[in-house]
Amino acid sequence: MSHDTLNPEVMPSEPEKATLEGKNKFLGFWFFLGGETVLFASLFGTYLALRNSNNGGPTSEELFGLELVFVMTMLLLTSSLTSVYAMYHMKNNDFRKMQIWLGITVALGLGFLGFEIYEFYHYIHHYEFTFRSSAFGSAFYTLVGFHGGHVLFGLLWIITIMARNAKRGLNLYNAPKFYIASLYWHFIDVVWVFIFTVVYLMGVI
Amino acid sequence: MSTTTAQRTGFGAVLWDYLTTVDHKKIGILYLISGGFFFLIGGLEAMAIRIQLIKPENDFVSAGFYNEILTMHGTTMIFLAAMPLIFALMNAVVPLQIGARDVAFPFLNSLGFWLFLFGGLLLNASWFLGGAPDAGWTAYAPLSTTSPGHGVDFYILGLQISGAGTLIAGINFLVTIVNMRAPGMTYMRLPLFTWTTFVVSALILFAFPALTVGLFLLMFDRLFGSGFFNANMGGNSVIWEHLFWIFGHPEVYILILPAFGVFSEVLPTFAKKRLFGYTAMVFATVLIGFLGFMVWAHHMFTVGLGPAANSIFAVATMAIAVPTGIKIFNWLFTLWGGNIQINSAMLWSLSFIPTFTLGGMTGVMLAAAAADYQYHDTYFVVAHFHYVIVGGVVFGIFAGLHYWWPRMFGKILNETLGKITFWTFFIGFHLTFFIQHFLGLMGMPRRYWVFLADQGLDTGNFISTIGAFLMAVGTIVFLINVIVTTSKGEKVSGDPWDGRTLEWAIPNPTPHYNFKQTPLVRGLDALWVEKTEGRKEMTPAEPLDDIHMPNASILPFIMSLGLFIAGFGFIYQIDNISWLLAVFIGMGITLGAMFVRSVKDDLGHHIHKEDLDKGAGL
Amino acid sequence: MAENTNSVQNELDYHKKKKKEEMKQQVITFALMIVFTIIAFTMVAAGLDKLFVIPIIVVLAIVQVIFQLYYFMHMSHKGHELPAIMMYGGISVAFLTILTFLVLIWW
Repeated sequence: MSHDTLNPEVMPSEPEKATLEGKNKFLGFWFFLGGETVLFASLFGTYLALRNSNNGGPTSEELFGLELVFVMTMLLLTSSLTSVYAMYHMKNNDFRKMQIWLGITVALGLGFLGFEIYEFYHYIHHYEFTFRSSAFGSAFYTLVGFHGGHVLFGLLWIITIMARNAKRGLNLYNAPKFYIASLYWHFIDVVWVFIFTVVYLMGVI
Repeated sequence: MSTTTAQRTGFGAVLWDYLTTVDHKKIGILYLISGGFFFLIGGLEAMAIRIQLIKPENDFVSAGFYNEILTMHGTTMIFLAAMPLIFALMNAVVPLQIGARDVAFPFLNSLGFWLFLFGGLLLNASWFLGGAPDAGWTAYAPLSTTSPGHGVDFYILGLQISGAGTLIAGINFLVTIVNMRAPGMTYMRLPLFTWTTFVVSALILFAFPALTVGLFLLMFDRLFGSGFFNANMGGNSVIWEHLFWIFGHPEVYILILPAFGVFSEVLPTFAKKRLFGYTAMVFATVLIGFLGFMVWAHHMFTVGLGPAANSIFAVATMAIAVPTGIKIFNWLFTLWGGNIQINSAMLWSLSFIPTFTLGGMTGVMLAAAAADYQYHDTYFVVAHFHYVIVGGVVFGIFAGLHYWWPRMFGKILNETLGKITFWTFFIGFHLTFFIQHFLGLMGMPRRYWVFLADQGLDTGNFISTIGAFLMAVGTIVFLINVIVTTSKGEKVSGDPWDGRTLEWAIPNPTPHYNFKQTPLVRGLDALWVEKTEGRKEMTPAEPLDDIHMPNASILPFIMSLGLFIAGFGFIYQIDNISWLLAVFIGMGITLGAMFVRSVKDDLGHHIHKEDLDKGAGL
Repeated sequence: MAENTNSVQNELDYHKKKKKEEMKQQVITFALMIVFTIIAFTMVAAGLDKLFVIPIIVVLAIVQVIFQLYYFMHMSHKGHELPAIMMYGGISVAFLTILTFLVLIWW
């Protein structure tokens, strides 16, 4: 693929699907998310089966505070919207604005991750509630930790492609990369919606 | 076979070529070699099992070692032999059948292979490092969580790594079949082998994540002190059983459906008739895939799920016999009135039909939940799943290898040796496993390392072991066949069987870029359509032009190597914390290679049309 | 050639306008998601009856996810048929898995 075909004079309105490679990436990544759905379902199932097995340790009612979770939810939901804005500007071929919105997304994601680390620290040091305290502890940290790991990976991914393409701008080679990174970010939010509902809200009722 | 290696033919160059290749044909060969290697190892383990059981209270192997052998036999055959051999056929054939020049993600295709290989090597390294896993291929907790030593840890990490490779391969084939089809190749014109590959890839996509999670939980329990399956901490071992079988039951359909696909290619070709009931075959394939996800608990009837759950899963299981029956009848009707030519590929296919039907019938027997309380964990179950897995999958792989060998290697496997292989293996197989139905009904439990004399089990076990030796002879003859054919066989044309599908429209040897011009598909059995209209080759769908091909890369090998190193770190950090260093180094290598892949543009290269005429890329 | 570029430009302008309108919808979707989240948190914080609250917050979560998939991830657009099939496949298996862990595990 020569240089010109990747940098057309007029960018198409869906640059992420303008090349065969882009179409493949788009489809392959959606399929991957289908598999990820099962992965998280298995973790949710395990958590639901074990959430009352606190083995004499703290229960979910004693542990969870809704204020922090509410703030974290707002951060992640907003970051979902900002990444929609980033893709909006990508489709309008406005690279600078896309980078700005992605930057905001990353900042919000970092905030979320910081709160999550604080939350875990708080449970471990104030309640002595760890991964090894009970089956409930194992299931909680595994489910929420898997999600946190996804957030971390997503942040590293978005930062990498932002830095890599900062100087050369948008073309048909990197547009699909930005697009699937944003799909990944939305999926992280999808999982979080169930985590705050099933783990936290149902945990304190 | 690329232009560069044609000039440098040194061993190092060939090795480098295969380490870095992203060509689906070469990756197919890599899968074939490594899958074949693990098949032999699994076969040796099977022989050890049968020799131990040749007479009552034998002491050929110790009880503990027997546990390791039976665990590794099952694990190796399923994950490291059957699956990669199927991937070998898929890689070799599917892109050609749909008229594509490569798969959708050549880089990921290579990554999938190397992950599988390093996972398999990690698992088998356990033999030399203090003992193999010994908790059965199902690794039920708490047996697996309390098994001493590191055997089960190798099982966990090995399968985790190779499972990631399988998932990647599955996604790759899905996208390939959706996006890379030649013009005119509609879904309802896809050859049946491609259809089964498609459905199987979807099953992989939805089944393997459950195994991934299960293995993670087991790993956390064994290596990091969590309590998922530990009743003392409030855990529950039934969780493992569910996760394992949510993966495990679709897994058996992942194995058998491609074999169905192979037979659906071989039978029409050698009966000189189009496949009977193509639409019904496609529908049955999809339906089997769909139902395959709703029946996993029939492996757990005796766990105590209760009559309601057992009944639901029993009925769903029996329902699978319907689409499978549709397939059996369609194969028979394909043969009916055909101009049948018998050769090795055909012998495997014909013998598959009754053999698999027997296995299906015992399957329905086992599906009856109440009766299953009698059959559970006896040799009846062993006989059943060997009838479907050997009689279905292994027969299918042999048929596929004989059928597509000229496509993969340019030569036809020796027919005489092929027939000797078939008859020894076929007779040996039935000797080994038919009698095991009765051993099971007489109450012989599976996985026991000895049985007592004078319980009516002596003769049956003796016959079974003799049969196993015959199967081994058949396998050795096949290996000889491969050597003889490679050294002495004669090169054949690109279409030695008078084939029907697109892969036979290509000259021999297959060019690096598969199709000089993308073919135009005008019906089911695309090549046959052209043949009936008097043409010898496909109508091109595009003018002769430059061909875009992906670049080779060593990164997949490096990424997999990193995980291999990290695997050892995870296993041994529980003994000595400094092993965590291996985890960091290994993960560093893998993530570093991922980073390089992410920031380095890989735009592929072009083969110019002027060079195509000179035969470049052959 | 110039005319051709011109018509391409017109088409792009049209798409741009359409995208702008869609972006407005996205913001409305986002506002609704925030509202749903606040409702869910408030209901739980108010300490209402368990049997009443749980179904509602689960339904709210499902609606939010549908918003994410169909609007934020554009599954409502053309060319998303196969992604939709695979997502529904994943969701079906996910549903069966979770159902199993709710009813087929006991002590």
